[in-house]
Amino acid sequence: MGHPELAEKFIANDERMHWHDKALWFVRAKRDNASKSVDEWEKLRKVASQIKAHTLDKLDYYLEEFEKNATAKGLHVHWAKDAKEHNEIVLRLLLNNGAKKLVKSKSMLTEECHLNPYLEEHGIEVVDTDLGERIVQLRKEPPSHIVLPAIHLKKEDVGTTFEEFLGTKKGNSDPTYLTRAARAHLREKFLGADAAMTGVNFGIAETGGVVVCTNEGNADLGASLPKLHIASMGIEKIIPRLKDLAVFTRLLARSATGQPITSYTSHFHAPIIDGQMHIIIVDNGRSAIIGSKDFKSSLQCIRCGACINTCPIYRRSGGYSYGYTIPGPIGSTLGASKDLRANKTLPFACSLCASCSNVCPVQINLHQQLYKHRQSVVAQKLLGFQKHTILKIATWVMKYPLLMDISGKLARAIVPKLPRSIVYSKVNLWGKKRELPPFPKNSFKELYKQRKGK
Amino acid sequence: MSSKKTILNSIKANKSQNPIELPETNIPHMHYEDKNEKFATMLASVGGNAIWLEDGDINAFVKEHYKDVTVITSTIENLTCKTKEANLAQTPHELEDVELAIIEGEFGVAENGAVWVKNPKNKYRALYFLAKQLLIVVKKDAIVDTMHEAYERVRFDKDGYGLFISGPSKTADIEQSLVIGAHGPTAACVLFV
Repeated sequence: MGHPELAEKFIANDERMHWHDKALWFVRAKRDNASKSVDEWEKLRKVASQIKAHTLDKLDYYLEEFEKNATAKGLHVHWAKDAKEHNEIVLRLLLNNGAKKLVKSKSMLTEECHLNPYLEEHGIEVVDTDLGERIVQLRKEPPSHIVLPAIHLKKEDVGTTFEEFLGTKKGNSDPTYLTRAARAHLREKFLGADAAMTGVNFGIAETGGVVVCTNEGNADLGASLPKLHIASMGIEKIIPRLKDLAVFTRLLARSATGQPITSYTSHFHAPIIDGQMHIIIVDNGRSAIIGSKDFKSSLQCIRCGACINTCPIYRRSGGYSYGYTIPGPIGSTLGASKDLRANKTLPFACSLCASCSNVCPVQINLHQQLYKHRQSVVAQKLLGFQKHTILKIATWVMKYPLLMDISGKLARAIVPKLPRSIVYSKVNLWGKKRELPPFPKNSFKELYKQRKGK
Repeated sequence: MSSKKTILNSIKANKSQNPIELPETNIPHMHYEDKNEKFATMLASVGGNAIWLEDGDINAFVKEHYKDVTVITSTIENLTCKTKEANLAQTPHELEDVELAIIEGEFGVAENGAVWVKNPKNKYRALYFLAKQLLIVVKKDAIVDTMHEAYERVRFDKDGYGLFISGPSKTADIEQSLVIGAHGPTAACVLFV
């Protein structure tokens, strides 16, 4: 199913759709306040974008630097060309250390690799420890947002989920009560874990360490208790210097949730005492995108989610309507770059309003990329027959001014007289959930001529 | 061919032949007239609090403000209020019962209420997250304006672990309602002495 079909399910509940829209807009508004509190915000965005662009231009060099420096500090570095290899490395590390119980903090990369089901098939207990991720894991759902995994759920939904799995009181959906219940439940999991996995926000080539940014403290709690810590990192997470973090830590949390910084910004350059720390560098289709002039900058993304929160389509269609690991504008361009056929509807889940590009802390031209992807969809004949035919006809009509004038006249005369069943028939894809405005008497061209004469 | 080679070759084949320059990070940035006030405001906004201790008597402060707390660890030497020696634990798991961890912070950051903590004397980093409450002790005048100055003071020439802590742990994963105290400490106070 494509985005329109999946979105249809979401918007069927009108009240919830508007609630979701508002919840995300609230986050967007907080982001605006936070960004406006920094005088040099625009300069920061520019510098961040340049650092990332530079790094991508010399990524092979920086990855090798990272490996060299990390190894010198006693960390183990692994390379995985795809999801399968990544998952196999994780499983091997766990089995070699006799680890059966794994606590995980947020990592969209492991979602992308479908790590959890793979490990569970091999007898590993995997517990997602971010509160939002734990909620969706218990519900057997994927995250619907990269920063706010359970944003699609109401507190009552969480209440009933915890009632079933954690034995919380029936009907109690107080967020503080539920958070405390999760804290107690997950504390047990942390203390009993054999290994921990985290994602990586930034890998520093210069020092060979990784930085993880969280609010809940779950990544740190996991990584500081069991003896084995595995961090999965996409190749694009590398930054050249330690001091580059000044730029990124100022942008990340403000863009994500409007906070001045995350509660914890942890710099890992060593395992815990008698422990091991492993970093898996994963490509999984990323290096190919570097070769694309139009889409390369999508790899600059620092996964703040600002583009998702501001997107009018995401806010009204929800994360699941995208059918891709990462929803919203950034997911639509990454997904289309990775597999255009499978994600052919995503570039159209966009109103080209450009709000995403304007809030992006690393200045990715998201809306332009989606526009480019649309052209590829058409060029590769992946556009649906109905849409394709309508656009073909429209192109033909617009090519001939006389034909356009006549068609306009006819439409203005006939359409208002037609019954709804015809105007809003299945052919009118645009008319789903939309109302045509009242037709004017005259075309713009006619009005313009009249006025010009005066 | 190894996966490392495959990935690096793919990058080499795809990357631009004209790399752009790496920009300078230390751009002109904000300065605050009253760094202390800014720091305190920002820390309060993220659920923490900052206190300036005139007499520098940490023991007395703890006695007064943490009356019902019995299990106290400290990375600062010679604190009489300490009741548990964190470094003597056999495993970090033994620190689960810590109610108050008094730790040293190197400096604060005014723009976001964060404190840089890199404590080579502390054996278990789990202490920062297992403890119910955190008391971070920082030297009185050690506050910088922004993260630009902060990272000038941060070094990882050798191995190690360090972090910025900004307030207590928190979450807003249930309907965007902010709850202070997620998996880590439920309270965090920065004490300037």
